[in-house]
Amino acid sequence: MKKLFEKTLEGAGMWSAVISRGKRLRMTNLEGGANVGMLLYNALERQERYNMPDTLKGQHIFHLREPYCLHSDMGRLLASVVADDVGWHDTVCGHSDAARVAAKYGECDYQQARNDWHRNARDCFLIELAKWGLGKKDLVPNLNWFSKVVSDEQGHLSFVEGHSKAGDSVELRFELDTLVVLNACQHPFDPDPTYHPRKVRLEVLAGEGPGPDDPCLAIRPENLRAWENNGTYHALRF
Amino acid sequence: MKESTLRPEAAGYRHVIPAGDWWVHEIKGGQTLRILDLEGNQAADTLFYSAADPTERYSADRTIQHQQALYLTTGTRLMSTEGNVLLEIVADTCGRHDTLGGACSRESNTMRYAHDKECMHACRDSFIRGAQEWREELTKRDIPCNINFFMNVPVTPDGKLTFEDGISAPGRYVELRAAMDVVCLISNCPQLNNPCNGWNPTPVEVLIFD
Repeated sequence: MKKLFEKTLEGAGMWSAVISRGKRLRMTNLEGGANVGMLLYNALERQERYNMPDTLKGQHIFHLREPYCLHSDMGRLLASVVADDVGWHDTVCGHSDAARVAAKYGECDYQQARNDWHRNARDCFLIELAKWGLGKKDLVPNLNWFSKVVSDEQGHLSFVEGHSKAGDSVELRFELDTLVVLNACQHPFDPDPTYHPRKVRLEVLAGEGPGPDDPCLAIRPENLRAWENNGTYHALRF
Repeated sequence: MKESTLRPEAAGYRHVIPAGDWWVHEIKGGQTLRILDLEGNQAADTLFYSAADPTERYSADRTIQHQQALYLTTGTRLMSTEGNVLLEIVADTCGRHDTLGGACSRESNTMRYAHDKECMHACRDSFIRGAQEWREELTKRDIPCNINFFMNVPVTPDGKLTFEDGISAPGRYVELRAAMDVVCLISNCPQLNNPCNGWNPTPVEVLIFD
């Protein structure tokens, strides 16, 4: 597939872009232990957004992996996980904020550390969201690519260390024209006592939409019906 | 499980929310809200906002992150999007409540069940109407991921999630003490396509104590 764009995102770096349907975003964990916090919106109807509950209950899952889909809150698919070296990605634990980063890693401001200062995921999300006319109201439960958090029978959560290795990648295929907002801040439950966000490579690749036997649509009848809703939307909108 | 010492007769406000209806009401800091499952296994889809600034509202992910646990019960602090405590659960005779399952919508009904279920009444429509009646400027963007009191959505260690029959029963309740002035928005769930309401949506009662 033709590569349209490539960028190395520094640890705690942030990025946002509209990626049209059919194209793919490949994220590669360059050093191991990376986390990519992500939010997704319909690029044209930005009040339509990634919905953690519909994604989980629609597919009877607690985590994301190939060949599952990312559902919007309007009964449609935003993206599908079409390739995945990792097998488990969190979407329930949210993201760090300034208070959590300061409590965990100590204060380290720009005056003191210049561009080695401590960033947090909430600020990164809010900064990138603002560039598309969005803000605090749009900050909903996000995806945390490369991070695994498991629940015991009582609902207590544990972060699984060493889950994602250097070179692991995950690839999304967009099913709607999608605004992607992401950052490479550490997962809120990352047990590393040092501030150490890892680099991630982003690549956007040309591609086609799903074929008739697509595994992401076939895995659940809910995904197929959501895809049919995408078809209705596209037929009326374009 | 923890029982309350408050007597229902002492409540300064009582209201029965029929199934499929919404309710929006302010709870002052220090007041206690009881939500009572009158007939059992009835999901009460619930949101909270700061009364002063509705941009600050309940955050499911911050609540989960704060307690590093999925289920809500006595001792759970309901966290806002700004990292403040909105309310704390101070009594609970059900045992656990969900905040992963979200609210049903007509659109998600087509995805989850069948395209012809789009016509059926759903929580997100109730949330939208209740929010608009509180403040006209509120829109779909102001409906975040909610709490489902009395709803049972177990997660397994291998990463599966299901909607199961409720663990609530007639007369069970949850009680929350407000840490600031908040507005509570409830959609008493009309869902008929899964067991979240025991296949038979029924009323819940709300009581407010000073």
